[in-house]
Amino acid sequence: METLMPKELPMPGFNFENCKRNAMLAGNGYKPPKMTKTGTTICAVVFKDGVVLGADTRSTGGDIVANKNCEKLHYMAPNIYCAGAGTAADCDKTTAMISSQLELHRLNTGRQVRVVAAQRMVKQMLFRYQGHIGTYLIMGGVDVTGPNLYEIAAHGSTSKVPFCTMGSGTLAAMSVLESHWKPEMEEEDAKQLVREAIRAGIFNDMGSGSNVDLVVIKANDNVQYLRGFDEANVKGVRRDKYSYKKGTTAVLTEKVRKIQLGSKGEGCQFVVESEEVRHVEAMDTF
Amino acid sequence: MEGMMGPMGTIGNKCPPLWSNGPDFQSIYSFPNRKSVAGSGPRKVTQSPVTTGTSTFAMKFDGGVILAADTLGSYGSMAMFTDLQRVMKVNDQTCVVAGGDIADFQFLQSVIEQKQIDEDCRDDGLSLKPAALHSWLTRVMYNRRSKFDPLWNIYLVGGMQDGEPFLGYVNLQGTAFTETLIASGLGGEMAVPVMRKAMEVKGGLLNEQEARETITKCVRLGYLRDCRAWPKYHIATITKDGVKIDGPLMIDSDWEYAKGIEGY
Repeated sequence: METLMPKELPMPGFNFENCKRNAMLAGNGYKPPKMTKTGTTICAVVFKDGVVLGADTRSTGGDIVANKNCEKLHYMAPNIYCAGAGTAADCDKTTAMISSQLELHRLNTGRQVRVVAAQRMVKQMLFRYQGHIGTYLIMGGVDVTGPNLYEIAAHGSTSKVPFCTMGSGTLAAMSVLESHWKPEMEEEDAKQLVREAIRAGIFNDMGSGSNVDLVVIKANDNVQYLRGFDEANVKGVRRDKYSYKKGTTAVLTEKVRKIQLGSKGEGCQFVVESEEVRHVEAMDTF
Repeated sequence: MEGMMGPMGTIGNKCPPLWSNGPDFQSIYSFPNRKSVAGSGPRKVTQSPVTTGTSTFAMKFDGGVILAADTLGSYGSMAMFTDLQRVMKVNDQTCVVAGGDIADFQFLQSVIEQKQIDEDCRDDGLSLKPAALHSWLTRVMYNRRSKFDPLWNIYLVGGMQDGEPFLGYVNLQGTAFTETLIASGLGGEMAVPVMRKAMEVKGGLLNEQEARETITKCVRLGYLRDCRAWPKYHIATITKDGVKIDGPLMIDSDWEYAKGIEGY
């Protein structure tokens, strides 16, 4: 069968076209922009009927929070979602690129995409770039073979796991999963477990914060994207205002000046057309 | 004449031993007109730890303190000494648990033991209290750090101070503080969220049983995800009734779910 795929297939070997350009720019004194990282907590578990993926929503650029409520759960296919840690742009674009290839693959084969196919494509691309693309993904989905969960690192290594965590909040979230995960959990238990794990990352890791997002994937493309599943850090409501009432400071004199721009020939001069002075009765302040 | 053939067949800056398997006296005697080899000399300062202990765990509970550490001394990545006791009883109200260089810990152990013996000899009814030990340890560690020759350790000092639980931390840089729950090392990064959560759910200090369960859970978590950890460990419990050190205890593992994993 003639496929349109070959055009989408990447060239074999390493493509480092931009490295020469970057080196040239650096040599000319250009400082590369600081990458926005997602200092992150992401985790996922396999439960009885499928997979639950969770992520926090803080994106950091150095020590500053770049985005308080970003989306780290990326759509790959109707039955596959990816949680991404590492460099924000790399995660976004890698998942988007592979997602488009998966759609073509799905149309080509006429079948639901298998998670292992998505994982293969991502890993082959990342390996090609030898880790320079800072994408650390947790990929989860349900296909004909059942629930699948993979963790993919930037250098192209993968692991098939029943539960995993990634990002700077890895250890905090992993402590929760290692303590409480068991095989064949119920959906609600799995959701609460992932929520607790992300919360551990949010409150104990400086690179993670704000809210918890969840995606629950079950068989037959049954996907629930729960954005803001747990708003763990709600901004405080201001209870009072500290502005002063008009008239707190006594006004003694008021001057109103009408000002016109001078005509073009003289350059931009401000010409005072008229002035009005008003003496105001000082208010009794006692 | 520098560099070239010197007395007794020296070549360049290196002096071959005078007899086979003889000493390398480049480090003992600096030859005249010769550049001394950088970093030579029997007097060296600590630059990196050699045999190390990994994470330590401790938390206060209602009526006392619990400390725990596994029994491994790692020689780099080799699990060299699997039977070390890193939890030390100082007296009936104080315990110390250490991570980091084992030699430095053993050195301080003997110093602390001697301190305690001196106290016992004085026989005046007073004993080394945990806050005092913590304070002394801070000074020792900070002084060494200021001489660029640190004792490469992290100490957790736990005990009963005037009827109240005390828990303090001192490290190789001289950083010191007291807290309700402390855990160091990689295991510590996993344990602190768990301990904090347990206290948050309880709404305060745990009781002894709960604290012991939490600490045991933390030791297990440390073992699961730390490459330099060991499944054997000691636990010390200090209450007003004294010190109890249990161990070595084993961590159990359940690997049933591994059967379901295929592929990568």
